[in-house]
Amino acid sequence: MTDIILRSLYVSGSALLVASVVGLPLGTVLALGRFPFRRTAATMVYAGLALPPVVVGLAVYLLLSRSGPLGALELIYSPPAMVLAQALIATPYVAAITMAAVESVGPDVRLQARALGATPLQALLLHLREVRGSLIAALAAGFGAVISEVGAVMMVGGNVLGETRVMTTAIVLETRRGNFGLAIALGGVLLAIAFAVNAVLLALSRQGERRLFPS
Amino acid sequence: MADRRSIGLAALCLTVLVSCGPSTDALHLGSTTSTYDSGLIDALMPAFTEAYPQYSVKVIAVGSGEALELGRRKDVDVLLVHAPAAELEFMRGGHGLGRRRVMYNDFVIVGPPDDPAGLREVAGVHDALRLIATAEADFLSRGDDSGTHKRESFLWSGAEIVPAGDWYREAGEGMAAALLVADATGAYTLTDRATYHSLRDRLRLIPLSEGDPLLLNVYSVIPVSGARHQKAARDFADWLGSASGRELIAAFGPQDQERPLFRPVTEFDPLIRTIDELEQALSRQPTGQ
Repeated sequence: MTDIILRSLYVSGSALLVASVVGLPLGTVLALGRFPFRRTAATMVYAGLALPPVVVGLAVYLLLSRSGPLGALELIYSPPAMVLAQALIATPYVAAITMAAVESVGPDVRLQARALGATPLQALLLHLREVRGSLIAALAAGFGAVISEVGAVMMVGGNVLGETRVMTTAIVLETRRGNFGLAIALGGVLLAIAFAVNAVLLALSRQGERRLFPS
Repeated sequence: MADRRSIGLAALCLTVLVSCGPSTDALHLGSTTSTYDSGLIDALMPAFTEAYPQYSVKVIAVGSGEALELGRRKDVDVLLVHAPAAELEFMRGGHGLGRRRVMYNDFVIVGPPDDPAGLREVAGVHDALRLIATAEADFLSRGDDSGTHKRESFLWSGAEIVPAGDWYREAGEGMAAALLVADATGAYTLTDRATYHSLRDRLRLIPLSEGDPLLLNVYSVIPVSGARHQKAARDFADWLGSASGRELIAAFGPQDQERPLFRPVTEFDPLIRTIDELEQALSRQPTGQ
């Protein structure tokens, strides 16, 4: 049971890490950048929110299957395959909320900072600090989308005991086996973890605001 | 300070990610949900890995249709499935190294205890289905191309009925979920005995048509041709059919039952001819079922 919980946190945590590395810069660039097809790209990110996890799972499965284009990597039915699938699911959440947050602040902050002698990078960082709370909300949304996700990890992980079984796939299995009590217990743990993670993220964002606006 | 810590954390995560790479030496077994969910596979594996300590086994439990597709794609090394006609087609396509029938149990039609269509009155499964269709009593189909669904379609066509209408619904779910839906809506459904047994305490549904040879449910083991671990796959198939494998299969589940959950197939099995005839009948299905 403990190893299933830890594996859930590991897989979804790693996926969130990858999604942040891609999604935060992507959302920022889409909000601030001026380049052709920026609107189309932004629409695609928002549309990504509607992508069913099981379709992402199927695509990743076909990619990593032993007879698929990346079959030689032998990643199918392993945790890295699950991380990849969940990262693809979480990235649109992180990018879309980042984009909306960054857009919500006008260019004044950066202009003033530049006028006071900041480099473009420093000005950008100041802009991002301004929306720090929303960026953490973006991470919370991404994490929530993947920790509770079952279709994709089932398909690319195979729900292998001791290797790729996570909380959601264990819940499906125990329900199928008629062990409703165990399934409900796992559901409770999942909910508690989601609550704890969001509480931590929320505390972080509050702390960030206090640092910016000391009373 | 906080930044340095988060960079360290990120580096740690990446290290774990890389070090947690795939274990390539494990035998991948594509099994049906009925054998896995009933606990049979869990009961067999320790004995197999004790006999062959050099192998570890990963079990991927999916429907028989999906399992065969995983086999075609070489994502699993060996299959344990129950869809005879689809298996024979798999073999004809050159995807399997050999097919061995290892065990069987049976399907049953379960339904509400008050049996509105009167299935108890007839012996054969075709007659039972005709009664359901005539009475337009609710029937829940798996509707998911699983081994059980393939058998259900075969039985309907044998009864010369095209099931359609408000009374015939498709669940598109696994066996356990379908049983729960059938139970809640008071519908008849076709189920394998092992899954029914595992959920029996939660269901009002009771067996109402059973024992027809057409309801025999035969599981075969097939090492996949061209898979990564062909030697291990062959060893597994041989072990499952060996005396020790058969003994474990027979000993699985509550022994006080009139019928065991799974019965190993032996050469001298009195039902072997019945099974042969059933497989021929299944293969003749124009739909490939």
